[in-house]
Amino acid sequence: MKMNGARIMLECLKKEGVDTVFGYPGGTVINIYDELFNVKEIRHILPRHEQAGTHAADGYARATGRVGVAIATSGPGATNTVTGIATAYMDSIPMVIITGQVPTALIGNDAFQEVDIIGITRSCTKHSFLVRDVNDIATIMKKAFYIARSGRPGPVLVDLPKDVQIAQAEFSYPESVEIRSYKPNLVGHPRQVEKAVAMLLDSRRPVMYVGGGVGLGNAAEELTALARNLEVPVTTTLMGLGSFPESDPNSLGMLGMHGAYCANMAMTHSDLIVAIGARFDDRVTGKIATFAPHARIIHIDVDPTSIKKNVRVDLPIVGDVKDVLSKMIKQVDKHKDKVAVFKEGLAAWHADVAGWKDKHPISYKQSSTIIKPQYVIQKLRELSDDDAIIATDVGQHQMWTAQFFQFNRPRTLLSSGGLGTMGYGLPAAMGAQAAFPDRQVIAICGDGGVQMNIQEMATLVQNRLPVKIVILNNNFLGMVRQWQELFFDKRYSQTCMELPIDYIKLADAYGAKGFLATKPDEVEKVIRQGFAEKGPVIMEFKVAREEKVLPMVPAGASLNEMVLNA
Amino acid sequence: MQHTISVLAENEFGVLSRVASLFSGRGFNIESLTVAPTNEDGMSRMTIVTRGDENILEQITKQLNKLIDVIKVIDFSDGSAIEREMALVKVTAEDESRAEVLRIVDIFRAKIIDVTPKSYTIEATGSPVKIDAILELLRPLGLKELVRTGAVAIGRGAKGWKG
Repeated sequence: MKMNGARIMLECLKKEGVDTVFGYPGGTVINIYDELFNVKEIRHILPRHEQAGTHAADGYARATGRVGVAIATSGPGATNTVTGIATAYMDSIPMVIITGQVPTALIGNDAFQEVDIIGITRSCTKHSFLVRDVNDIATIMKKAFYIARSGRPGPVLVDLPKDVQIAQAEFSYPESVEIRSYKPNLVGHPRQVEKAVAMLLDSRRPVMYVGGGVGLGNAAEELTALARNLEVPVTTTLMGLGSFPESDPNSLGMLGMHGAYCANMAMTHSDLIVAIGARFDDRVTGKIATFAPHARIIHIDVDPTSIKKNVRVDLPIVGDVKDVLSKMIKQVDKHKDKVAVFKEGLAAWHADVAGWKDKHPISYKQSSTIIKPQYVIQKLRELSDDDAIIATDVGQHQMWTAQFFQFNRPRTLLSSGGLGTMGYGLPAAMGAQAAFPDRQVIAICGDGGVQMNIQEMATLVQNRLPVKIVILNNNFLGMVRQWQELFFDKRYSQTCMELPIDYIKLADAYGAKGFLATKPDEVEKVIRQGFAEKGPVIMEFKVAREEKVLPMVPAGASLNEMVLNA
Repeated sequence: MQHTISVLAENEFGVLSRVASLFSGRGFNIESLTVAPTNEDGMSRMTIVTRGDENILEQITKQLNKLIDVIKVIDFSDGSAIEREMALVKVTAEDESRAEVLRIVDIFRAKIIDVTPKSYTIEATGSPVKIDAILELLRPLGLKELVRTGAVAIGRGAKGWKG
C-alpha cells in the first residue's frame, strides 16, 4: 500500500516497537504530526522545550535499555536538541532523533528555519542520515535503529525534508540490515579471555574498575557473579553505579575526583586493574602520569578506540562485555584449585582495603539546626522503593547522590556523566517515568540545574507523570562555588543565585504540589508527604549553603592526593 | 612521524566532511588529503598523509574505522606503499632562465603544458620527495603559482587491498 513519507516514518517506529516518542511540532514536521493523529500505537509526549524532549528520550533509553526517540522541527527545533544529543553521545545512549528539514529544493538556500543539523551534530552523533528519497526512508530507519543500539550505542540523527514526508511510496520494512562498513566486534577473543583469567589469578592486589558499559551491555549480573566468586574488590565510575551492588562487602563505591578514599587508594596500590566498559576519563584517573603506577591493566570494551586512548593497556579485549564476562566466568570455573589459592592470597589485600575503608569512609558532619544535603540523600534512600529510579542534574547534589545513595541495581541512576549537562535531571526523570508509570522516579536537582528545564513541570502535570523532584537549595551554583572557595580565594564570582525562588508557589502554578523543609527534623516528614502524593511533586530542602563535596582530588592531582577535610 | 593512510569509504553524502571533522575535532594533523571514486561501485578512496607518534596513529586508524561509512583503513608502514603526487607549477621564464627551466623539466621528466613569452607552466609527477626536489630548483627562478594534488598511495606487490 502506498503512503506518504511521514506515515512511512511512523510505521517504521511501530515496526521497531517504539511505544513512546518525545517531540515538538513545527512547520517541517507538521506532516508527521498530521499522520500521528491516526497512529494510536505510539504515545507522543509534548515537552515544553526540544532539549527536554531529547533528555527525556535519553532518560527513557537509560531506564529501559531500549532506543529512545525524539522528534523536532527544522532550524531552532533541531538546534535545541543538540545538548540532548551530545549528552547521549558522551554516555553512549541509544537514541534516534528525527528532525524535519526544509524541502530538498530549498536546502542550502538559507530558507526559513533551515540549519545544517547534520553538520552541526556531526561530532556528537554516532551517525546521521539526510533522507533524499521517500523510497529510502524504511531502509534508513532500519539502519538508524540498528546503529543506535548495536556495538557501542549512541544517538543517530535522521533529517527528513518536508517534500520527502509528503511524497508517496510503497512501505515495506526490511527484515534485516547489512552494512558492509559497520560490523562491530562483539565476540571477545577466547585466547585473550584465557590470558585475562590467568593474569587475574596471578595477581595479588586486583581491582575491577567498572564503567557505564556494564549497565549498557546488560552485564551487571555476570559482573557481580564473577566478582563475588573471586572476591575481587569492585569500584565503579559514576556511570557504573548500580552495576555492582554497593551493599556488597567487596564494593569500594565510586572512584575518581569525588570518589571514595578506599577506591582511589586501591587503584593506586593495585597490581592488576580489570577495566570493564570504562574509558579512563580524566575525572577517574586524575593525573595520568601517576595513575595506578604498579598495575598491569586488562581493558574490556566493545569500542576499540576506548582502549589505549588515555592509558597504556597490557591486555586489550574488544567485545561485548556480557560475552567477555560470561567467557571469563566459564574460564574461571576450569581452574577451581587455582581459584582457591588465589582467594587465600587475597587476605592481605582485603585487609589493606578494609583499613582504607575504616580510615576515611565517605562521611559528613550532621547538624541539628541546618539541613545537610547528604542527610537528605540518605533519607531518600531509606524512604524510597528498592527499585526507585534516580535522575540527577550536574554538580554537588549529583556527587552527593553518587556518594550517599547506595545504588544496588542497574539502570536506576540516570545522570549526565560525560558531558555534565545541567538541566538533565528533570526531563530525564520524565522519560523514565513515561517508561515505568508505576515505579518511583525521583529527580534530584540543585537550584541551579532545576531552573534550566523547570518548564517541564507542565509536561509532568499534563501527562500525569508523578516524578518526585527534590531540590537541594543552597542558592548557589554549589560546585563552582566550591572550586572558588578552594582554589580562587572565595571570590564567588557569579555563583550566588541571590534571588530566592518560591518553589512551593511555582509547583502550585503548574498544578503540582510543593513541600518545603528548612530544618533537619522536617526532612523525613517532607519526603514522606512527597512520596505519598499521586502526582508530580517538588520537595525543596534549604540546605547548608557552603557545604562541600569531599573527599576531592583537585584537578590535575594524583588519585592518592585527596583533600579529605577542607 | 609522517604516515600515509588509505581510507576506503562508502561514497555517501557527507563522508568527506566526517573524515575531515574527525581530524579537526580530535586535534589530529592532516598534511594532505585526496579523494576520488574507485573501481568499485559506491566506494571512494582517500589518501591521507598525517603526522603523529605511535599512539596518535593508532587512535587515528581506530577512530577512522569507527566511522560508520568507512569500509577499510590501511596504514602503510614504511616502504610498503608506492606514493605518487602531481604538481602544476607556473614559473617565470624570461631570457636566460627559459633554458634553465627547460633543463630542470627535462631532468625530472616533467612536461611543459602551457607557454607564454614570460612563463612556463609545468606538470610534474613523482614521489612527494621528487616533487619537493623540483620545486626547490624552480623556486629561485621565480615561482608564481603552485598547486599539488597531495599524495596517492597503493600497496606494493601482487595483492589488492582485499588480499
